[in-house]
Amino acid sequence: MTRPERVLLDYGSGGLASQRLVSELFLAAFDNPELSRLNDAAVLDISGPVAVSTDSFTVDPIFFPGGDIGSLAVHGTVNDVAMLGAVPKYLTCGFIIEEGLPMADLERVVASMAAAAKQAGVAVVTGDTKVVPRGAADKLFINTTGIGEIVAQPAPSADLAASGDAVLVTGTMGDHGLTILAQREGLDFQAQVESDSAALNHLILRLIEEIPQVHVLRDPTRGGLATTLGEIAISSSMGILVEEADMPVREAVRSGCSFLGLDPLYLANEGKFICILPEEHADKALEIMRADPLGAEARRIGSVTEEHPGKVVMRTPMGGKRLLGMLEGEQLPRIC
Amino acid sequence: MDLFSDFRDPELCRSLLEQAREACADGLRFMEVCGTHTVSIFQSGLHSLLPDGVVHLTGPGCPVCVTHESEVAAYLQAAGMDGVILATFGDLMKVPGPGGASLKSAQAEGARVKVVYSPTDALKLASDNPDDTVVFIGVGFETTAPGMAATVKMARAQGVENFKVLSFHKLVPPALRALLAGGEVDIDAFILPGHVSAVIGVEPYRFLADEFGVPSVAAGFEPADILQGLIMLAGMRKAGRAEVANQYTRVVTETGNAKALALMDEVFDSSDALWRGIGEIPGSGLRFADTWAEFDALAALGLELPEAKPLPGCRCGEVLKGLITPAQCPLFKTKCTPASPVGPCMVSNEGSCAAYFKYDMEAA
Repeated sequence: MTRPERVLLDYGSGGLASQRLVSELFLAAFDNPELSRLNDAAVLDISGPVAVSTDSFTVDPIFFPGGDIGSLAVHGTVNDVAMLGAVPKYLTCGFIIEEGLPMADLERVVASMAAAAKQAGVAVVTGDTKVVPRGAADKLFINTTGIGEIVAQPAPSADLAASGDAVLVTGTMGDHGLTILAQREGLDFQAQVESDSAALNHLILRLIEEIPQVHVLRDPTRGGLATTLGEIAISSSMGILVEEADMPVREAVRSGCSFLGLDPLYLANEGKFICILPEEHADKALEIMRADPLGAEARRIGSVTEEHPGKVVMRTPMGGKRLLGMLEGEQLPRIC
Repeated sequence: MDLFSDFRDPELCRSLLEQAREACADGLRFMEVCGTHTVSIFQSGLHSLLPDGVVHLTGPGCPVCVTHESEVAAYLQAAGMDGVILATFGDLMKVPGPGGASLKSAQAEGARVKVVYSPTDALKLASDNPDDTVVFIGVGFETTAPGMAATVKMARAQGVENFKVLSFHKLVPPALRALLAGGEVDIDAFILPGHVSAVIGVEPYRFLADEFGVPSVAAGFEPADILQGLIMLAGMRKAGRAEVANQYTRVVTETGNAKALALMDEVFDSSDALWRGIGEIPGSGLRFADTWAEFDALAALGLELPEAKPLPGCRCGEVLKGLITPAQCPLFKTKCTPASPVGPCMVSNEGSCAAYFKYDMEAA
């Protein structure tokens, strides 16, 4: 039977139309024995301690340079699990689909999710599909929950940042956030910007296997680097001093942000992480990161200090110091 | 020369900082009149490096901050009207109006509000929604008014009749005159706004030196620009001269941008305007010339600027006049924070209270 060109409410009915969608699209794409059993729940082969994370993806537009809502839904959750020093193994996946979504768009998203899951080495073991009337959702929302086995002991945690630790990032800041903003608003920058969306779990596993002393791993997603560092400073009751001159920001992102009056350090990233670890391991960590294409532009940006506990301070190239606060609400472009 | 990176060069900046420290050894109370300068001085760390005796005051140069309570009340009224889509620059979304409502809260209650990046985006919104009236909130200084004028001309050329503008534009030179003529302000010198000056040139500021004896420099926004501007101001002061000088020669000319000025002149007439914290300033606003009156949203929607009182306890007016620094306001960081702003100086990214709250190590 040929599929209609658009998603119909029937596909969320739980009846035969739903079953056809599940078997012909989702089972085919996410192909694995556990999912194929189509039981009410999945039986997982996993040993503790276990890391679990869930996230919902409502990105607009659903396709953007460097990715789409499907790959993002895999990368985002895989990364959240990996940041606990865990090996992500399984994903669950819930779709909320707006009636009328072109079937080709759904197929493209599902194919992209399947490819991202395969690359990350995780299996989508259970899922759910709802179709809501046109206007009740914006095209497509995806929820993913990730489950992984924690291998780092102790698991990296924001409250473990210690005085004297080095603060590293794996690459440039703000690429994803500016790409989405530019696409959503139809802004045309001279230089191309592209999302950095990627699964970081393989790189993180190499890092924690070689350097078990890693104190903190965090991916600076919404709120950006500045907000995530602020959260770490508060959790650990430590100060963080960063060097503005060492902040990696692509020139296209810098100039796009300058045009809009935005700060790249507050824009979301989906393929970068912050690593805080004892100073003596910093060079080795950078070496491991730079050996991977996802960390090729890794660098050290600062240190953890006992000064200004709970705050992030940025030293400017001129030698002045200023606070690097956390994002309040959303960044809004300025008038002039 | 790279127009951005070279003016941020740390070596150049450090050298200029040393020169500025020497030049300003006798102290200097300077006011900048542009939100972008405010942010640049804080973001570059320059605020923390200025020597004792150099006092940095921020003037009425943040377009959001000077938007009067009555104007906020008027656009909030427009936001609640049936068939109206309100188009606005993002900065205005959180500005609290009388009673604490904002465009954000109006949007949550169902008002159709759309953040746009340029007036032409708002015009496109009008073309795309022919059954609605798209009202653009025309806030800003001489920097944004020419673009507004060009957009209105475009609307007429395209026959887009459902595009209207609340013209709350303001002009900088009359405000500076009012500040100085008021006699309250205690400053030695002005750093003049670079973007506004790119449009109007430096000529319209001559009165600052000629009538009031206040040295003034139109300066760019990079740390090196600002430092050079301070050195120029200190030099004039030391020599007992008052001049209006141009540091930002790569962008600003003596007489400004003739094309932009002609656009403004064609579409707008100058008018009296309300400034938050300052009050009515003669000739400091722009209203539509009679021949362009069909774009006037106030008339089209039957709105008048309502009477609106300043927010209780808010001292944004004194901050805008440089009479107090943000930390001297009793609401600063107590009742007034970026999460819960009382006054617009805490709302706008370019407001002085927000800048002190976000960047200043001592105020925090």
